[in-house]
Amino acid sequence: MTEIKTDTEMVHPELAAIEVDGTERSDILMKGALAAGAIFGLGAVSPFVKGAMGAGGSKGDVEILNYALTLEYLESAFYAEALKKAGLSGELKELVKTISTDEDAHVKALTQTIRDLGGKPVKAPKVEFPYSDTAGFTALAETIENVGVSAYNGAAPMISSKEVLEAAGSIVQVEARHAAAIALQNGNQPAPDAFDKTMTQAQVLKAVQPFLVS
Amino acid sequence: MPVRQEQRQEQEEQEEQGKQQGFGRSGVSRRQLMSMAGGSVALGAFLAACGDDSDSDSNPAMSGSSGQSGSTGSSMSDDSTAQFGEGDIGIMNYALTLEYLETAFYDDVAKSGLFKGADLETIRKFGSQEAEHVAALTAAVKKAGGKPAPKPKTEFPLNNAQQVLRLASTVENLGAAAYLGQAARIQSPEVLAAALSIHSVEGRHAAALNTLLGKTPVPDGPFAQPAPAAMVLNAVQPFIVS
Repeated sequence: MTEIKTDTEMVHPELAAIEVDGTERSDILMKGALAAGAIFGLGAVSPFVKGAMGAGGSKGDVEILNYALTLEYLESAFYAEALKKAGLSGELKELVKTISTDEDAHVKALTQTIRDLGGKPVKAPKVEFPYSDTAGFTALAETIENVGVSAYNGAAPMISSKEVLEAAGSIVQVEARHAAAIALQNGNQPAPDAFDKTMTQAQVLKAVQPFLVS
Repeated sequence: MPVRQEQRQEQEEQEEQGKQQGFGRSGVSRRQLMSMAGGSVALGAFLAACGDDSDSDSNPAMSGSSGQSGSTGSSMSDDSTAQFGEGDIGIMNYALTLEYLETAFYDDVAKSGLFKGADLETIRKFGSQEAEHVAALTAAVKKAGGKPAPKPKTEFPLNNAQQVLRLASTVENLGAAAYLGQAARIQSPEVLAAALSIHSVEGRHAAALNTLLGKTPVPDGPFAQPAPAAMVLNAVQPFIVS
């Protein structure tokens, strides 16, 4: 289901509508394609662009998006560091590269959506991760991905914009997929429960507190 | 542009086909098709309907949503769940139908003798989780004052382990996309929370099966793509015999 090559035409009108009103659409097509496509592929931005377009994103939605952005920053830093320090090789390294790319794309998309909604994206938190070997890294990765799933699932019902909700759903499914793939690497159940648990923002912040350096 | 037109045409043809046959009312023709062509046709139909990750030019889910200019997205204008009931009840009954199908699938696979050891355990585990989804959705539909959708009669091509795993992967990826396609249509925050907690489990199943097959756990990349109900129902139709 790689849509990146084929859905440029679907994405373009939306980009045009958001970025500049009254500009030649063909200009926007190029601008949008270059800017977004260069970063993470056009298909990736579509749910977020739709969210911005809906203009239904409330102040609450921006807060939730910033909360999600904080977690994505944390994940992004975690995997970027691991690719340098966790002694990864082979299949695991390939998986971590993929996950790292996904988390980076989530950071970019959330940042853009917050801006599109008129909000101010939070800054990347300073982080540190307590592991000393590959097994320590993969164990921590499983925890972090599961927290991510629970965080999105917990916050999503509070999102007021349907478009932002759909985008959050699109991300949480990917986080769940990461969690499952990492669990398999650890020899654990990829889907431990029939229903993924939700966590409140307070629970999530407590869970990630050990990784935040102030 | 020609590519897009083809996709749209394909989608329209699929929708037309779906209308003519009606969900769950095409037992005879489907059964004939199954016995004539075996599993490969069913799987082929699945892949044609869903888009395979090796074939980036075939994605009706995307072309479906882009087919109407002015549409705000695939899930917003997707009212194929109405045949199962109004609003959230229709959406839950649609999900229930898919969960019944998944449960039956894993049940058949577990009994097929094609799998042993850890693989069989995974299949049983996933199957029991789908059964829990069935129970939860049934209860939720009743709680909302609706009548739970009946369990469909199903039939799956179970020829060899590899083909079954591919089918399982396709079913789970489709299931995850199906939930994602409904999320923004759900009215009740409670129902939404429940649907989301199932949705991510379907995503986990899909990723695990992809991994078993040596495929990427994230076939859509960083952002999972939704599938509208019409497309999903069309795709599962080969497995519904009555």
